Amino acid sequence: MLAPAVEDGEPTLLTGWGRTAPTLASLHRPADAGQVAELMAGAGARGVIPRGLGRSYGDAAQNAGGRVLSLLGVCGVRGLDVEAGLISVGAGLSIGDLARLVLPFGWFPPVLPGTSHVTIGGAIAADVHGKNHHREGSFCEHVRSLELVGPGGERTTVTPEGTPDVFAATCGGMGLTGVVVEATLQLLAVETDRVRVDTERARNLDDLMDRMERGDDGYRYSVAWIDCLARGRSLGRSVLMRGDHAARDEVSADESSGAALGFSPQRVLSAPPGVPSGLLSTPVLRAFNEAYFRRSPRHEHGRLEALHSYFHPLDIVGGWNRLYGPRGLLQYQLVVPFGAEDALRTVVERLAAARAPAFLAVLKRFGGGRGMLSFPIPGWTLTMDLPAGRADLAPFLDGLDELVAGAGGRLYLAKDSRLRPELLETMYPELGRWREVQAGLDPEGALRSDLGRRLGLGGGSTR
Amino acid sequence: MKDALGSVESVLVLGGGSEIALATVRALVAGRTRTVVLAARRPEELEVTASELRAAGATTVETVRFDAADYAEAHARLVDDLFDRHGDIDLVLAAAGVLGDQSRDEHDGAAARAVVSTNFLGLVSAIVPCAERMRAQGHGTLCVLSTVAGERPRRSNFVYGSSKAGLDAFAQGLGDSLVGSGVNVVVVRPGFVHTRMTEGLDPAPLSTTPEKVAEATLEGIARGAHTVWAPPALRYVMSVLRHVPRPIFRKLPL
Repeated sequence: MLAPAVEDGEPTLLTGWGRTAPTLASLHRPADAGQVAELMAGAGARGVIPRGLGRSYGDAAQNAGGRVLSLLGVCGVRGLDVEAGLISVGAGLSIGDLARLVLPFGWFPPVLPGTSHVTIGGAIAADVHGKNHHREGSFCEHVRSLELVGPGGERTTVTPEGTPDVFAATCGGMGLTGVVVEATLQLLAVETDRVRVDTERARNLDDLMDRMERGDDGYRYSVAWIDCLARGRSLGRSVLMRGDHAARDEVSADESSGAALGFSPQRVLSAPPGVPSGLLSTPVLRAFNEAYFRRSPRHEHGRLEALHSYFHPLDIVGGWNRLYGPRGLLQYQLVVPFGAEDALRTVVERLAAARAPAFLAVLKRFGGGRGMLSFPIPGWTLTMDLPAGRADLAPFLDGLDELVAGAGGRLYLAKDSRLRPELLETMYPELGRWREVQAGLDPEGALRSDLGRRLGLGGGSTR
Repeated sequence: MKDALGSVESVLVLGGGSEIALATVRALVAGRTRTVVLAARRPEELEVTASELRAAGATTVETVRFDAADYAEAHARLVDDLFDRHGDIDLVLAAAGVLGDQSRDEHDGAAARAVVSTNFLGLVSAIVPCAERMRAQGHGTLCVLSTVAGERPRRSNFVYGSSKAGLDAFAQGLGDSLVGSGVNVVVVRPGFVHTRMTEGLDPAPLSTTPEKVAEATLEGIARGAHTVWAPPALRYVMSVLRHVPRPIFRKLPL
């Protein structure tokens, strides 16, 4: 029997992780870079966009009426230099699988975002950051080269030194400069599969920022969980968790997972289908936050944790986005530059005052960014999940956008699903340069996504 | 594109003279909508409205001639041309409609036909090509303005009511047919709305305004609803009326 032609896509209704705004596209599953090239060259008027594990919250990996290429089949390892910690992998490999592969050799992904279910291609397209951003920058900082397939199917090698403009436009370029099929990464050397974690509670936002400013540089990893429902003197009360990879001599034999280093997150729970809207309501979250805050140690030093439990606590629940019910959720992630702490405080105040059911809010300090549309700038980044069903959410978030833009900050495109397009230029001053480079790479406008249509980026956009 | 919270960027109104449609468009432009096409029988009368919409933030406002009743006219060509020129259209508001004059229409075949031609045949003729274009673009919302009068024909306005009943049934079927296509059909069923069309008529209980209907419509679009009642209480009133036996229904002062 003949295998189905590569050209035959499967009509599929796609959404991002937030499960909002579904659109229909023809989903293709190329098995290698050659098929990617073929599918791009024959994309047609509605264009083409790559997709990984669908962890962008909004519409970045959707292309209504056009082609969507799932890169999950392009996931082979082409080479690993065990001495230097350099690995060349297919763009469809997930960061979790990468960790599993390289940890036994004493290496670790240089940057881990909040979930391990992110592909290398997606990590480059969104230039993702991790808990070590304040010291080691975002994902693309550690990319030595990448293979990019252009809209006509032509393949080029892109490096930060050889093709700096294309590299900087592709890092954080949301897949609109071409399809990354392979990348070579510099890995991080580790001695054990444990993280040594220091935990402390902060009584409010000022206390937290003070602790982070003073102590973050002493830690490779730093992240704070904030209770966005606490008000008054407890506004922004939080739990600060900082750590580093444990050295061999810090882990006693009985604590180590054995001779080999292992990364073995397990999916223990699965969210049930058909959860009604409104489960994660304000009172429920208030109770959760209270319990979480009280349960956390006031001060704890040097606790050894498994890598996955420190980096990806939510990954043990499969499909947790379903807990938000049929209306779905959105994640609001902003960054404001250092010096704009007042704007950050106002955001937290407004969230608390509006009793917004903000879940799992996280605060982190950033270093600089890599690409023209990379999200990170030196400053404070605040992230929270919000149920999309609340009627007053749209004007509330529009107000926060204005505040963030006015303070010289921006929103994260990989999370965005509702930004007012007019604000994009203000938030991303390098947008003009990005447009030039992008237009040079894709003069016919074949690279298209719903995010692009909505915000005016890439092919088919009128802005 | 429609965003995660239900805002749309472009809208095409079939029946741009409708006060409910215009109230909806004003509310849309106050949000994210920047492209507005008003297709109406007398587009020249909409120039003031168009300027207002531009002043309110719409970047592209076009008024174009569209006569629902004249469905021999190429509705499909008009729709194709609009979709070609404006790119994706996120929302189509099918609002063209006439109330007619019941006392005349029920005795005059030509007059009754005129009501049905506009409200049912004309809109079906224009909605189908819109649905085709939305299917091809893989997303969109088709919002069809029906009425509670279509729920159960009443002696006092059954010509109008039956034309809307046809439209309503067509829109429901189309909505079911479009499930999984990325296109959603919303049927809006207002009660008595205070507009030019109803001027001089005795308002029925639970009467409402174009602005209120617009608000309920936008909320329904954001929610991905298939039916919107305005005001919402009418849903329950009509579900009772629907089951009243004919001999009794006939005697009700409706």
